Amino acid sequence: MVPVDHYLWLSLALFTIGVIGVLTRRNVIIILMSIELILNAVNINLVAFSHMFGSVDGQVFAIFIITDAAAEAAVGLGIILAFFRNRETLLADEMDMLKW
Amino acid sequence: MGLNSILFYFFAALAVVSAILMVTRRNVVHGAVYLITTLLATAGVFLLLQAEFLFITQVILYVGGIMVLFVFVIMLVNLDVSLLQYQFNRQRFVAGVLALALAAQLFIVIKMGKTSLFPQARVPEVLPKNTEAVADALFGRFMLPFEIASILLLVAMIGAVVMAKRRV
Amino acid sequence: MNAQPYFLEHIWLIPLFPLATAAVMLFYGRRLSNQIVSWLCSGSVFLSFIFSVGAFFQLIAKPSGERIATKVLFEWIPAVTYHLLDGRIAKFIAEWGFQIDPLSCVMILIVTGVGFLIHIYSTGYMAHEGGYYRFFGYLNLFMFSMLMLVLANNLLVLFVGWEGVGTCSYLLIGFYFHKKSASDAGKKAFIVNRVGDAGFLLGIFLTSALLGTVRFVEIGPALASGGFAIGDPRITAIALLFFVGATGKSAQIPLYVWLPDAMEGPTPVSALIHAATMVTAGVYMVTRTNVIYQLSPKAMGVVALVGAITALFAASMGVVQNDIKKVLAYSTVSQLGYMFLACGVGAFTAGIFHLMTHAFFKGLLFLAAGSVIHAVSGEQDMRKMGALSKKIPVTYWTMLIAALAIAGIFPFAGFISKDLILGKAYEKDALLWAIGYFTAGMTAFYMFRLIFMTFHGTSRVDHEVEHHIHESPKSMLVPLVILAVLSVVGGWLSWPEIFGGNSHFIHFLSTVVAVPHEARMEPMKGPSSPHGELFLMMLSEGLVILGILFAWFLYVKRADLPQKIARSFGGFYRLVYNKYYVDQLYDALFVNRAKDLGLALGAFDRQVIDGLGVNGAGWLTRAISKLSIWWDTWIVDGSVRLGARIVWIFSYPVRLIQDGLVQSYMLLIVIGLIGFFGYYFYMARHALH
Repeated sequence: MVPVDHYLWLSLALFTIGVIGVLTRRNVIIILMSIELILNAVNINLVAFSHMFGSVDGQVFAIFIITDAAAEAAVGLGIILAFFRNRETLLADEMDMLKW
Repeated sequence: MGLNSILFYFFAALAVVSAILMVTRRNVVHGAVYLITTLLATAGVFLLLQAEFLFITQVILYVGGIMVLFVFVIMLVNLDVSLLQYQFNRQRFVAGVLALALAAQLFIVIKMGKTSLFPQARVPEVLPKNTEAVADALFGRFMLPFEIASILLLVAMIGAVVMAKRRV
Repeated sequence: MNAQPYFLEHIWLIPLFPLATAAVMLFYGRRLSNQIVSWLCSGSVFLSFIFSVGAFFQLIAKPSGERIATKVLFEWIPAVTYHLLDGRIAKFIAEWGFQIDPLSCVMILIVTGVGFLIHIYSTGYMAHEGGYYRFFGYLNLFMFSMLMLVLANNLLVLFVGWEGVGTCSYLLIGFYFHKKSASDAGKKAFIVNRVGDAGFLLGIFLTSALLGTVRFVEIGPALASGGFAIGDPRITAIALLFFVGATGKSAQIPLYVWLPDAMEGPTPVSALIHAATMVTAGVYMVTRTNVIYQLSPKAMGVVALVGAITALFAASMGVVQNDIKKVLAYSTVSQLGYMFLACGVGAFTAGIFHLMTHAFFKGLLFLAAGSVIHAVSGEQDMRKMGALSKKIPVTYWTMLIAALAIAGIFPFAGFISKDLILGKAYEKDALLWAIGYFTAGMTAFYMFRLIFMTFHGTSRVDHEVEHHIHESPKSMLVPLVILAVLSVVGGWLSWPEIFGGNSHFIHFLSTVVAVPHEARMEPMKGPSSPHGELFLMMLSEGLVILGILFAWFLYVKRADLPQKIARSFGGFYRLVYNKYYVDQLYDALFVNRAKDLGLALGAFDRQVIDGLGVNGAGWLTRAISKLSIWWDTWIVDGSVRLGARIVWIFSYPVRLIQDGLVQSYMLLIVIGLIGFFGYYFYMARHALH
């Protein structure tokens, strides 16, 4: 039997990698994918606890997260496309117009 | 050591390694592929946790939907140029340090809370069928969030169409 | 009220006729021809003369004690009640009134008669001059003013005429206004006159404040009722102030300096104004107010002394002048001195008599001089004349008669009037008589010097001029002849009693002259006895003839001598020739000081008022606005900018954070999370182990 905390360690690892990816990479698509990774890590956490408590609430929550991730990916990619058409760039460093 | 554990550690290792690879690849398509791998490993973990519905949902939706979408978009944007540019930004060191600090704090949380958080697992003798249970919960107790999620999807759909549309 | 005889009732027409033609000249003169101007202007004076003659006859028709007529035209200054100096209340009345009595009658006859002759003369003399109508307009305006002066029944109207003749004198002296010397002379005359007028005006104020009236007929009674003792200082003050005015108008020391310069005007002007009429206004005024003078022996002494000294002083300057008109000008000053000498010793009527005879022969002398100048094409320097007697005979003989008259040769007019004065002077003071006596000799000398230099000897005339020497036209010669006749017979109006005469003139005027307190003045009363009088006469005749002979000697016989004498008396000659440098003295003392004042005030105006005031106000405004700008820029705007700057300073770090990069925002979120956790750990530190 795998102890629950091992699932949490996994979740933590994936979460951390995702955060590093978001903070560090310049390519916005990679950043979006890192965000999916973070959401995924949270899903693992939720399902682990749902299994621990024997209730399906965690899984239902995870379904909603997946739904939300899908919506968010769709809109985000749309934005990236629009931005790319305008500015010809995919680098987060060059997307700094929303400042003073 | 049961099969459960071995498979779990295998899928866990796969997920972590894939994740690391995804975050470090220069080629975006490679990164997408590694993410797919990660997601599949995660799906495996779900299965091992007896969340069958979630396992299949993850594979169909996440991998089959979202990642395909990702790959489409990758194809639409300029790939060659991005191969030649710097991959990591200026704040990488600070960001790395801070992310590790966050991880350390969460590590402390898990470590410290281990004993109080995790009572003996109460796995029921007869497991209800997972999909039905999820359906019961989804259309029962979580009806409202369900409807809101559908509206959310509608909004996202419209949003995506609008954003990606060419100017007329 | 009884209607007065016609001419006495209409006495106001006499000044009005010339005033009317002067007005016509003012408005229409430009468009009228010389002919019309001559007829109009001379005609109005002639009309005034007729009216004067008429008034004279109607006046003597009255009995001797009642020979005074008054005519008031209108109330000039409204009556006002006021306090006199000694506290009494009096009513001040100033009306535009005329007074006819023997004195004013004599004056209007002289003024209109001689004036008319001079008008006739001017039609010939000024025929070729520009501004013909202007000349006659001024001349008629002058006639109006002079007639107002002598016909006035109170001091104020007299003063109006006084000022009027001064103004006309200025206008006529500066008639050739293009010439700077002429306009300067006009200014000098007017300004010097004004100095005298100031004194006269103060005298009038004092009179009205002391006596409560300015009417002549009321002054005598006011003096009597006021209880003024002889020699009262207030009365002396009034008399002396009046005399200051007289020295200005009648060219006595110290205000005579304008008269020689006045020769810049046309010769008829010199004849009329500066010989016959205006200059005599002073004498007239003193005589008119003789009641005041007779109450002040000190004042009369001053008058006599000033007159005598002026006579001598002016005669000395006349001896060395070379301009024919200047000689006559100094002669006029000298003869006026005689008139004041007469008034000063109490012989007012003798003074007026000399005034009349002087009008005849001095007027004639000036007119004849004008004729001479006309003959030699404008030359006025006697050194460039000579041997003219055969060439311009009428001029020569009339001028000779005038010279004999002024020198005082029996039986010409001048002899009688001058002897009257000398006789009375001898009675009063031997010194005064001596001065007058000696001056008479000098008069004869310089007069005949003039005659001999001009008409006799060798001709020193310029060559081109010599061809043009001609006698003057009839319009100029006829007045000469008439005046010559008057110069001869004029004196016979007061034929001395010792020769069996009747002294009509003196009698005629006696009602006007008050009876002095100390002795009843008998007309033509000689010194102690008729013999004494005869002796004095012969003495003066002798001196006069000596003078004439001396002149003949120096200017005909030995014409080279005067130059030698002048050289040997070098310094003294120069002193007299330069008129004792009196003009230069006045310039240094008064004229240039007045100019300095003007310059100083001008500089004050420029530096202080314009500079400090105007420019200063501008500078001040600019300075204040600079200050205001500084305040606005640094204080007002500064506080605004300070606020903005503070916000900017505080926003600086925030600005650095907002760089538009999503990842840096993410970093901040992570930092926040770390902080969050850290806070919770801190809170739960006791639970951790």
